[in-house]
Amino acid sequence: MSFTKVAASALAITAVAGVTHARDNVQVAGSSTVLPYASIVAEAFGENTDFPTPVVESGGSSAGLKRFCEGVGANTIDVANASRAIKSSEIETCASNGVTDIIEVRIGYDGIVFASDIDGQSFAFTPSDWFLALAPKVVVDGALVDNPNTDWAQVNADFASQNILALIPGTKHGTREVFEEKVLLVGCEETGAMQAMIDGGMSEDDAEDACLKVRTDGLSVDIDGDYTETLARLDANKAAVGVFGLAFYENNTNVLQAATMSGVEATTDTIASGEYPVSRPLYFYVKAAHIGVIPGLQEYASFFVSEDMAGPDSPLAEYGLVSDPELEATQESVDAGETM
Amino acid sequence: MTDLTQARSLTELDPRTKKRNAAEKRFRAYGVSAIAIGVVFLVILLWNIISAGLPAYTQTSLKLDVALTQEEVDKAESAVVKTTRYRKMIEAAMVAALQDQGIENPFSKSRDLVRMLSTGAPATLRDAVLADPSLVGQTSQFEFFMSSRADGYMKGRVTREDLARDKNLTPLHLDVIDRLVDAGMVERGFNWNFIFGVDASEARPEQAGMGASILGSFYMMMVVLMAAVPIGVATAIYLEEFAPQNWFTDLIEINISNLAAVPSIVFGILGIAAFIQFGGGVMGIAGFKQSVPLVGGLVLSLMTLPTIIIATRASLKAVPPSIRDAALGLGASKTQAVFHHVLPLALPGILTGTIIGLAQALGETAPLLLIGMIGLVATSYPEGFVSGFTEPNSAMPAQIYQWATRADPAFYERAWGGIIILLVFLLSMNIIAIILRRRFERRW
Repeated sequence: MSFTKVAASALAITAVAGVTHARDNVQVAGSSTVLPYASIVAEAFGENTDFPTPVVESGGSSAGLKRFCEGVGANTIDVANASRAIKSSEIETCASNGVTDIIEVRIGYDGIVFASDIDGQSFAFTPSDWFLALAPKVVVDGALVDNPNTDWAQVNADFASQNILALIPGTKHGTREVFEEKVLLVGCEETGAMQAMIDGGMSEDDAEDACLKVRTDGLSVDIDGDYTETLARLDANKAAVGVFGLAFYENNTNVLQAATMSGVEATTDTIASGEYPVSRPLYFYVKAAHIGVIPGLQEYASFFVSEDMAGPDSPLAEYGLVSDPELEATQESVDAGETM
Repeated sequence: MTDLTQARSLTELDPRTKKRNAAEKRFRAYGVSAIAIGVVFLVILLWNIISAGLPAYTQTSLKLDVALTQEEVDKAESAVVKTTRYRKMIEAAMVAALQDQGIENPFSKSRDLVRMLSTGAPATLRDAVLADPSLVGQTSQFEFFMSSRADGYMKGRVTREDLARDKNLTPLHLDVIDRLVDAGMVERGFNWNFIFGVDASEARPEQAGMGASILGSFYMMMVVLMAAVPIGVATAIYLEEFAPQNWFTDLIEINISNLAAVPSIVFGILGIAAFIQFGGGVMGIAGFKQSVPLVGGLVLSLMTLPTIIIATRASLKAVPPSIRDAALGLGASKTQAVFHHVLPLALPGILTGTIIGLAQALGETAPLLLIGMIGLVATSYPEGFVSGFTEPNSAMPAQIYQWATRADPAFYERAWGGIIILLVFLLSMNIIAIILRRRFERRW
């Protein structure tokens, strides 16, 4: 075998590959919560236009925004999906790397549901229940003590006896932040634990941070993987209660039942109206400098928020996205290319 | 002295021999039970994979006559979302078909009726029309995939109870499907699309296929072959045959052995820094961008290099020194001795090492995560052979990982189905390695 020949042909092919055109597809990365919606849009975009199907990568909101802020050019991504708003620190990083014009697009809302095995008991939770079940310290008889609750019946007398085992998203997930803010913090205030901490000499900020902590004795399990992992854990231990996205839950209603939160059932309607408390907006961010350079980028952004894609009676809504009541305003700002 | 003269029966074992024999029996029993446990696990694993993955290889589809009129097609093509209009044509065709067959339509909205079809059906229809415009103006039969839940019902994965609270499909749909099966319109057949098709979005698992990612893996293996094999073999030959023995070559050797044990994710980080950010960004090499098999292949090459170098050196070492000495003694130069005599004899071993290195690279996922080959990436076949290196694509293990994380249970079935394909590839590569070794190996 002649190795010089093999090496030469290797070099030749690499060289040929190297001189082909710059990127002609839109490159998207970011939140795994937004990924299903973005992939549905990308697929429909490829089907309905002459542009190639955009590449949609997963990896998480923070990872996506980090790559988004790496700079301008064909070897950086054009769109970052995020299940939370961009932080000011990220905008600064972006600016220092030359990414100054960012278009923020809110695509709709995502509900977070608390689901348990379909054959188990039906829960009707309040934020206080979750705080009492998961906090490391709770108020008992006016004093702050280590959480004594190990059974849901201890948390709320309305529940049947069932060991507490909560499968909550790990700290790298955007969902965790929403869970902390809209459930644990609210519960902390409602049960008076926050006031007790402040009375005990903590500053308000410290007390707020302490409210977001969860117990570490094994009754609360952080799931760092996807919802499929949560489902697998729940399947293995039927007594567990898991935190899921609404769309994931709706795809698995044959094995899961969702609990109500503060008496409200999680549906696209109750989330859109704001009645269901645990929801969050979903975004994507577009690099304005790439519009006109990467073919199809402007069209992709407009297509994403069009009535046919993200409206109340659209493929995204069917999959579980709570469509944004202010979608029309978003469409206008996307078409006008308004930057942040 | 007394021990030696003591009479002893040959048929009766003394205690020490008994003990030794017992120890040997015990050891054999351990060995057999270790193998038995291994076999049991292997059987459980294979049974799991095959039973969970086989359903992915069949797919239910609906044969439907659709009348295409010029007016409707024109209207659809001028719309922004063209597939919505094509869906309306399918809706009308389906309502008509139910009437023809005398099947009661329990839905007042035809939109609800077509929920039993894949959301990709309108695109299938549009693609057919674009490919063959002569279809417009006539009624022809099309085959549409059923939705993942309808398909699951035909496979026994989904029951009526499961659909009680489902948003997409109701038990009423299942009644219609039962009647359609009787009418011969709904059939479950072999799913070629799973092997040759491309990835689909989360809303239509029934359309997802491995084809594009198989090709992605293939391109990456080509890059590994072209990059890692020449460099690895040349390095090994030089180190083994030509390099002087000093502290510097020792250092290189130790580093190569260490490199073989570096976790693969590290190579992914190296890949994003060296190839995408430096090569593509700073140096401006056009092919070095996110999600392309060229970069993926180079990253896997780095990972495979140590394996190839170590295997090549081992097989060069196995060639007896007498062959080198004979060649040198007859006046051959060092290079001639190596390339004419040593290397051909070492080739089977090198090939085996290379194939095993390739098989390793084929199953690797972690580094691909970082260079953007996981997600909805493998959505189309490359336009040409060469552009396949630089068009975004995924790889088999990355595709399987991606499917396993998606919400619809039908994707889970596909993840297992994909594992079967990956295993077939790995198994055949290993078999080729074994055959090559058997045929060409020489022993001294």
